[in-house]
Amino acid sequence: MSEPINRPLLQVRKLHLAVEAHGVTPLHTIVEDVSFDLPKGQVLGLIGESGAGKSTIGLATMGYGRGAVRIVGGSVVLNGKDIATMQSRDLQAIRGCEVAYVAQSAALAFNPSHTLMEQVIESAVLHGRSTRKEAQQRARALFATLRLPDPENFGSKYPHQVSGGQLQRAMTAMALCPQPDLIVFDEPTTALDVTTQMDVLAAIKDAISETHVAALYITHDLAVVAQIADRIMVLRNGKMVELGETEQIIHFPRETYTRDLVTVRSEQHNEKPANGDIILSMQGICASYGGEKTKVLEDVSLELLAGQTLAVVGESGSGKSTLARVLVGLLPPTQGTVQLQGAPLHARLQDRTREELRRLQLIYQMADVAMNPRHRIRDIIGRPLTFYFGMNGQERDRRVQELLDEIELGAGFADRFPAELSGGQKQRVCIARALAAKPEVIICDEVTSALDPLVAGGILKLLLRLQEIEKVSYLFITHDLATVSAIADSIAVMHRGHLVRYGSKSEVLAPPFDDYTKLLFDSVPRMEQGWLESAMAGRTKNVA
Amino acid sequence: MKFLNLVRKAPLSAQLGLLLCAAFTLVAALAHWIAPFDSAAIVGDVWMPISTKHWLGTDNLGRDLMSRLIQGTQTTLVIAGLATILSFTLGSVAGFVASVAGGWVDMALSRAVDVLMAIPTLIFALVVLSVFPSTVPVLILVMGILDSTRVYRLARAVAMDINVMDFVEAARLRGEKTSWIVFREILPNALTPLVSELGMRFIFAVLFLSALSFLGLGVQPPDADWGGLVKENKEGIVFGIPAGLAPAAAIALLTIAVNLVADWVLNLTSNVRGEQGNV
Repeated sequence: MSEPINRPLLQVRKLHLAVEAHGVTPLHTIVEDVSFDLPKGQVLGLIGESGAGKSTIGLATMGYGRGAVRIVGGSVVLNGKDIATMQSRDLQAIRGCEVAYVAQSAALAFNPSHTLMEQVIESAVLHGRSTRKEAQQRARALFATLRLPDPENFGSKYPHQVSGGQLQRAMTAMALCPQPDLIVFDEPTTALDVTTQMDVLAAIKDAISETHVAALYITHDLAVVAQIADRIMVLRNGKMVELGETEQIIHFPRETYTRDLVTVRSEQHNEKPANGDIILSMQGICASYGGEKTKVLEDVSLELLAGQTLAVVGESGSGKSTLARVLVGLLPPTQGTVQLQGAPLHARLQDRTREELRRLQLIYQMADVAMNPRHRIRDIIGRPLTFYFGMNGQERDRRVQELLDEIELGAGFADRFPAELSGGQKQRVCIARALAAKPEVIICDEVTSALDPLVAGGILKLLLRLQEIEKVSYLFITHDLATVSAIADSIAVMHRGHLVRYGSKSEVLAPPFDDYTKLLFDSVPRMEQGWLESAMAGRTKNVA
Repeated sequence: MKFLNLVRKAPLSAQLGLLLCAAFTLVAALAHWIAPFDSAAIVGDVWMPISTKHWLGTDNLGRDLMSRLIQGTQTTLVIAGLATILSFTLGSVAGFVASVAGGWVDMALSRAVDVLMAIPTLIFALVVLSVFPSTVPVLILVMGILDSTRVYRLARAVAMDINVMDFVEAARLRGEKTSWIVFREILPNALTPLVSELGMRFIFAVLFLSALSFLGLGVQPPDADWGGLVKENKEGIVFGIPAGLAPAAAIALLTIAVNLVADWVLNLTSNVRGEQGNV
């Protein structure tokens, strides 16, 4: 059989990955029947929710399986060599040399006790691809391509001395340094703020086009992958749903699942008219950690109307979560007051009455640590009923059942433990626990951030429906602007502890913008090709 | 039923340990009925050899050693057991409260424990017991309190980790009292490391009691625990009489048995940790 001359760099055929249970059947299949080609210089986006098998496929192209995951069928042919059948010695020669990996958390992937340069050039030198000098030269050139500050001396820094976005770019430089043929990017921008994400994304894109390397780009964010990939493969539960050109996937998706993924982020919530009673108001809140040393909130004044949602938006470090801590009394403010229905709340949690505590509930970002793993769902939801209303026995059981119905979970869930629930279900139980107290205000602290887009969409719909029924108000803290437009009636934008923009949703989202809000809004990836270039161009124009 | 299944799947060493522990417990519980002679009565000559009448021979006063060993099992297990229960209740509650309350409560408790721990346990116990009468309640109290400092350290460290979890904060925001947070939120999650420590602490209590009795400050004659029996019969060893070895063997056997079980429990619970809601 003659080989075609322009055979692709990477050829994956009927890939089957499974977890071996003590070397015998039954195998637990993780990925099944996945095939694709990747020619040189192209980028393939792998997209899917958690558990879709996208990272597993990415690692399989390096012949690596996390834990007990093994390649049990199919072939992974890189440069004409089948990785699936290779011995570990041969794999060693390939990894970090012909194929390199960029991990999600650069902070964890770098060794804190070596300089960045040492780590960036390590694999190039170890594999004998170049001498130390050449590698260092190349690393400096890569630092410049990736737009890192002071590329000549950047390498002499230690990982803790640079920011998260810079570290992620340094890791890209590390992957590119040995001049590999293929790079696997595993969610490289997921842990970054939107404004930083845009920088990193643009840098990675430039580096890819300059070096003509092929890349697998793994992410759960369709808008991000649309900027960088030539083709996109949609995965679900270890099976391929759809594979097509980026243009086709985002504009003309064939499968329902893909269509759901495309549309879920564009949900719009119709803003309620801004009339009604003020339920929660904050006046001139200032807060700091460690006495007066670190100021985290300065002069924040906000009002929340009854039955409405106020979204507090900001990047990490903006003080939005601190605001939640001030409201619930965990961090007494240094100045300013919080009023609930016109009556001032005690600043300290210890001074608040049970009634005050009941009226203001908090839902956490991480549902799995917000519930005691040793309590049954019945007790988790039932405790506020007993605590605030003295309900017991059948009366309590009936109310727990009602609440479970409201959050769209069946009767069978009452006797389960949190560990027996999925991420979305856990968050629903946390919502039910907050609702059980019949509060007037619920503070939602990044409640959808840890969830997959479709699950998060379901939670947002549930919250809106519950707002209709229970007439509860939400203070919704998030970093995600798509979530904001899906739920908010009014918006507060925060930046470094200051309130930079505040008003009804239509006002805040309409120009003229202040500089920071514009930067923030422009940085949110849009589901269209070429957005990244125009956004970057817009940004440089602003700076200039 | 679930327990039986677990036992069937346990490794041989753990099964052996369980069997021995059960045997010791049974002997202790039925001591009054299975001892062939009155343990305080002189029934023969001094240090009689092993015979069909006296399975382990007689002791330094001519009392039946088998009967004394059986009675001693009860004494040892009861005192060590109650002391362990006391040290665990005291140590873990104090540890939990210290970590939950924080501030000056934590400071006061921790420094008090530091002071107690700075004095060698055995010497401290010897001093206390030479002042107070060596009755069984005093013994239990002294051993329990001294051992609770170790439990306090562990409990506080474990509770510190749990205390910063969101679900504890959620309980606080609900307005729950410290007692609810300690017993309902933290305790169920701290049980795993504490239970495995329980076995080890029990063994230390047995050894500690034996040491005290051997030094003459533990259980007082005519009653005797295992350590006391060794003390009574230790002179015999010089003359080639094995009477002192029987109680020593009992101490060794119990120590090993409980250790085997504790190891198994630790493995079992650490496998389950985080994956299952209940143990």
